[in-house]
Formats: sequence, C-alpha cells, structure tokens
Amino acid sequence: MKPFDYQRAHDVAQAVATVAAEPGAVFLGGGTNLVDHLKLGITAPELLVDVTRLHLDEVEELGDGGVRIGAGVRNSDLAAHPLIRQRYPVLSEALLAGASGQLRNAATTGGNLLQRTRCVYFQDTTTPCNKREPGSGCSALGGYTRHHAIFGASEHCSATHPSDMAVAMLMLDAVVEVQGATGPRRVALADLHRLPGDRPQDDTILEHGDLITAVELPAAPIARRSRYRKVRDRASYAFALVSVAAAVEVADGRITEARLALGGVAHKPWRAERAESALRGAVADDEAFAAAAEAELARARPLEGNAVKLPLLRGAITAVLRDLCEEDSR
Amino acid sequence: METEIKLRINGERYSLRVDTRTTLLDALREGLGVTSTKKGCDHGQCGSCTVLLDGRRTLSCLTLAVTTDDTEIVTAEGLGGDNEPHPLHRAFIDNDAFQCGYCTPGQICSAAGMLTELDAGHPSAATPQGSEPRLDDDEIRERMSGNLCRCGAYSHIVSAIREVGGRA
Repeated sequence: MKPFDYQRAHDVAQAVATVAAEPGAVFLGGGTNLVDHLKLGITAPELLVDVTRLHLDEVEELGDGGVRIGAGVRNSDLAAHPLIRQRYPVLSEALLAGASGQLRNAATTGGNLLQRTRCVYFQDTTTPCNKREPGSGCSALGGYTRHHAIFGASEHCSATHPSDMAVAMLMLDAVVEVQGATGPRRVALADLHRLPGDRPQDDTILEHGDLITAVELPAAPIARRSRYRKVRDRASYAFALVSVAAAVEVADGRITEARLALGGVAHKPWRAERAESALRGAVADDEAFAAAAEAELARARPLEGNAVKLPLLRGAITAVLRDLCEEDSR
Repeated sequence: METEIKLRINGERYSLRVDTRTTLLDALREGLGVTSTKKGCDHGQCGSCTVLLDGRRTLSCLTLAVTTDDTEIVTAEGLGGDNEPHPLHRAFIDNDAFQCGYCTPGQICSAAGMLTELDAGHPSAATPQGSEPRLDDDEIRERMSGNLCRCGAYSHIVSAIREVGGRA
C-alpha cells in the first residue's frame, strides 16, 4: 500500500475544497470498499479526507411526506429506521439483503452508492481491465461472466453495479444532493450512475471533489407495499445474481401503477421501464407478470456465462409481483 | 505517514503512533499485543477480525486505525476473562461451538453485537416485513452470516447464541 495522508473533515465546504484542489485526494466514508481497494492496489490516493464526522447522519421527515437521508447514515441504522420501515419497506429489505451485520454497521449511504463493481478482473490488478486501467482491455470478454451485465454493456466493460440499496432507491425515484466545488446541486439517482460505453472508468456523472451529502426519497404512498427480492449463489452474504425492487397499486383486480428496478444486471441500477409499461392496466395475474418480465428481457444481451440471469430474472419478477398483488387483495 | 491516536481498548486507555495505512486489526495485534482478534481473510469476507467499536460490531481489517481516534474498542477477551467469562464464552464452551477456535473471538464479538441489535428491535433479512424480530434459528443464521467457520461448527454456534439470547 502506498503511503497517504489522512485528514478528518469538520465541515462539508472544507472537505469539498480540499479534495477538489488535490487530484490525488479521495473521500473516506465507512471504508468497507475503499480500504479493501487500498490493500488490493486498485487505487493509490495521496490523501484520504474522512467525511464520517460531518454530522451527515440524520434521517429527517420532510413536510411533504418524503424523507431525507444524510449521506453518513450507516446502512444498518437506515434499515432499522422506523420511517424507512413504514414508508419504504423495500429500502429496508434491500439494505438488509446486502453485506453482513458488521459491514452494514460501517457502510454509509453515500458510500454505498459509490461502491465499485466486484467484477473479478477489476479487483485483480494482474489482469487487464478498462475500468481500472483505461485502454488496457477487458478480461471479461471470453472470461468468467456469471456476475456480469445483461443490459447496457459495451465491448469495453460488462461489469455490474453491486449495490442493493441503490436498486430500491432508484425504484423510489430518489434524488441525490451533491456538494461540489461550485456549490450544491441535485441529481436524480436515475442519472447518477452511467452505462459503461467507452468510458467504463467513470461509474457516475460526479466530478472529482463532488461529495454526496444526502439522498431524498419523495413521498410515495405506493411504496408502503413494496418489496425487494434478491437471488444469489448462497442464502446470505453474497452479491446479487439478479434482484428486483417493486411496488404496485391494484384496483378491481387491475394494476393501476407499477414500479420496478433491477439489480445485478447492468453497470447501473436498472429501471425496468418496459416491464412497468406492460403492467399498467393489466389484470394482476401470473400471465401479466410473465409478460412484463418478457417485455424487459427482450432487450437483454446475455454473455456466454450469464444467460442464467434470464430465467432467474423471469422468476424473481414474477414472484415479487405475485407477493405484492396477493398482499394487496387481502 | 505517522499520526498519534488515543483510544480505549477493553477498558484501558492507550495512546499510540500509527502509520495512516495501519488497520485497526494490525494496530491491535502488532502494536498492542491484543491477539484475540484474528486475521482471517483481511478483506472483510470472513468476520474473524470482528470487534465492538463504540458498542457496534465492526470489521477491524477494513477500519483504518487512524479513523478510530477517540473511540472505545472491545475485543473477545475484553468481554470477560478466565475468572469472569462472558455468557457467550461460557455458552460456546458448553455447546462445543468451535473446533480449531480461530474464528471464535470474531464469532463471539459478532454474536454480542448482534444480540444488542436484536434487543434494539433492528430487523434482519430473516424478519418478515412489518414484524418485530424474534430470536430464532433463522434469525441467528442470517445475522451471523458475516462470520465464516471453516471447521463447520455452525449448528453448535447457533445453539450457543440461542442459549444466551434466550436468557436476556
């Protein structure tokens, strides 16, 4: 590990100014991903600016029924928060489906959004990887791709975004508050993460020095009945092969509104807009759920090693919709 | 680059100089001789290095020591000694909840943190939506999934934790 300096930031503006002015500086949150990257040699910053004592650790109720989550709120605290459990159960479930108790106690909301792919080649510095070393090539081409993307990949990168939390937040139309060198701004979570294209090194649209300070969840009565379903290679403590965050509203046996986001399938959390459109107005039955899954899967481009994600996704989408609609009819 | 930190470990105050790259795990083991905390994978995947940081179970291998200035750390030996073992120590022995014992200090710290979380009503992935968590084997297995045991003593680890949690 290369030597680095460490500073503990005491206010947001100072933290942002420090990192923005220093190309080799990075923010340090819970460290559960970054410290591992320092050990693996994936990154070698010259300065870590610790943002965990900036008092960004509040979960506040907004006047309009929404909730504002400070970027420093730990994953475990967010999952257990009564406002989240009542209004956005899908988010609590997604958080609890990720990592382990120890990691959730350390990992922050902002850091969870900015965690990097667990692609085995990205994490192995002895192999070429366009994301880690732009232009070096992609070892996943013809390699081990069980965990790779089926939507929106490019010839340069087929890595997936590993977060569960972000999938639920995308489904909830979350908005990210960002403090940059030129001031604060708001970014829809849907616009935060990028598809790889020919710049897989850029996971997000954020600029160097930008600090996520909060995530806002708009009021969403539909989300009071919402679920997260995750499919993985072991029963707990594993990244998703596929996951589904969903909420539906049903009236007289028909789906009036549907929201669906998918995890483990793309370089970013994936909004299943085609499935959502297929569901609106449909009779809430297994046939409609399967048709919605097919509508989304029609644009999938599986690789040799991850075609298994198609039937997994079909099953997960159908199961989560069935659960929600059965609950609704009770 | 070195820096000075102050922290409490198992009730004792320490002041030490650490390289900014040093993890809390290495500071405990190499710097202070607190060797109950074990290095397994050193990448946050096995749970052997679990300690209680300000009362919360945390992986010391992914925590830079420099970030722990002014915190309180409790390790497995800090929970209780030979004369006054912690109920979890006792239950792990009574239930034969280990073979080689390497993962045990991490299992015990994790179990202590987990029982506190359960007492506070924190849900887990095994808790049905809208319900309050209850200590049962599914909850224990899910909540302890971050602690691997290569000897495979899991079923007895579950019994030991159930015994202690059931007493609370």
